[in-house]
Amino acid sequence: MEALNLFIKSIFIDNMIFASFLGMCSYLAVSKTVKTSVGLGLAVVFVLLVTVPVNYLLENCILKANALVEGVDLSFLSFIMFIAVIAAIVQLVEMVVEKFAPALYGQLGIFLPLIAVNCAIMGASLFMQQKAFDVQAGSMAGGLGLALVYALGAGIGWFIAIVLMAAIREKISYSNVPAPLKGVGIAFIVCGLMAMAFMSFMGIKL
Amino acid sequence: MAQTKNSELIKNPLNLNNPITVQVLGICSALAVTVKLEPAIVMAISVTVVTALANLIISLIRNTIPSRIRIIVQLMVVSFLVILVDQVLKAFMYELDKALSVYIGLIITNCIVMGRLEAFALGNKPLPALLDGIGNGLGYGLILVIVAFVRELFGTGQLMGFQVIPEGFYNIGYENCGFMLNPPMALILIGVVIWIQRSKMKELQEK
Repeated sequence: MEALNLFIKSIFIDNMIFASFLGMCSYLAVSKTVKTSVGLGLAVVFVLLVTVPVNYLLENCILKANALVEGVDLSFLSFIMFIAVIAAIVQLVEMVVEKFAPALYGQLGIFLPLIAVNCAIMGASLFMQQKAFDVQAGSMAGGLGLALVYALGAGIGWFIAIVLMAAIREKISYSNVPAPLKGVGIAFIVCGLMAMAFMSFMGIKL
Repeated sequence: MAQTKNSELIKNPLNLNNPITVQVLGICSALAVTVKLEPAIVMAISVTVVTALANLIISLIRNTIPSRIRIIVQLMVVSFLVILVDQVLKAFMYELDKALSVYIGLIITNCIVMGRLEAFALGNKPLPALLDGIGNGLGYGLILVIVAFVRELFGTGQLMGFQVIPEGFYNIGYENCGFMLNPPMALILIGVVIWIQRSKMKELQEK
């Protein structure tokens, strides 16, 4: 039950884009057509699903206070470790996908390198660290499950957000927007309005 | 690029080539930390320090970095600097560090830092690179301060935690606009800033 709550919560209530503004840069840059945004969205879901659980294990087995050696707290290294893991995994995922799923690579290919510096990926790992899933679940294995669920939810939330945005922007390109607002300006305002719509989920208590 | 005057390296990003409104980089943190003025200022200073020093370091070692692994090298340099900033904040401003939560860590993936490293530091001498970093950090800070100013003033009636809107206003029926404190307003305010800037400067408008 807890896992389901977390899943729904991370998709709608704590939506990456609309509640914590993570991954805005690529969100605004790539959301011009639905087709490419689906590609990037899928790539984000995919990479999140790999990196968050790996970083969870890293955090709990090595970085946390007393985890590796009694009395040693390595948590100040978490930024550098997380980003190293993310960069390495993105590279690895790129190679694996290219070798075993060329069709998928054709779709995701150009987006994968972009993802290493997508704040949503790093942000999900940092939120995972903040939420302390192992305490929530009571055991490390249970926490790993929650981390996985959280990663999936956060990824799907991001996916939904970017596809919706791309669909709206496709329509906007036919309408008569004031010249100074064209392009990025209107994208911000549309995104703000969508965030308002997503705010209505905040009232749900899970 | 190499011929641009040093003073322009600082001035351009403030307005004509602003990282947020024109280059559209580093928006994630810009939106999230602007609820109040104080964290926005701290964030602006942190980003300026990180961008400037990262630009300087990468520019110093630019000829020794193999281009295949340059992204990893850049990430390592940046995350080293961010860890320093984070530790300093934890030591001297613990409450604020908690308020900024993950967003300090996210300076690592802040596109302004990576964007400037890729676009400028890799091809320029250390001094211009340092100035470019400072300029872009300040340009980013400028937008942050504008948005945070509006949000805190209208959302809570305070600035930097001090009451600015006089008591008398409330007595005659003025109310704080609590909606300003919610995430959507940050997006809309930046949209409005872009709107104002582009209507002043026609050359920035998109076709």
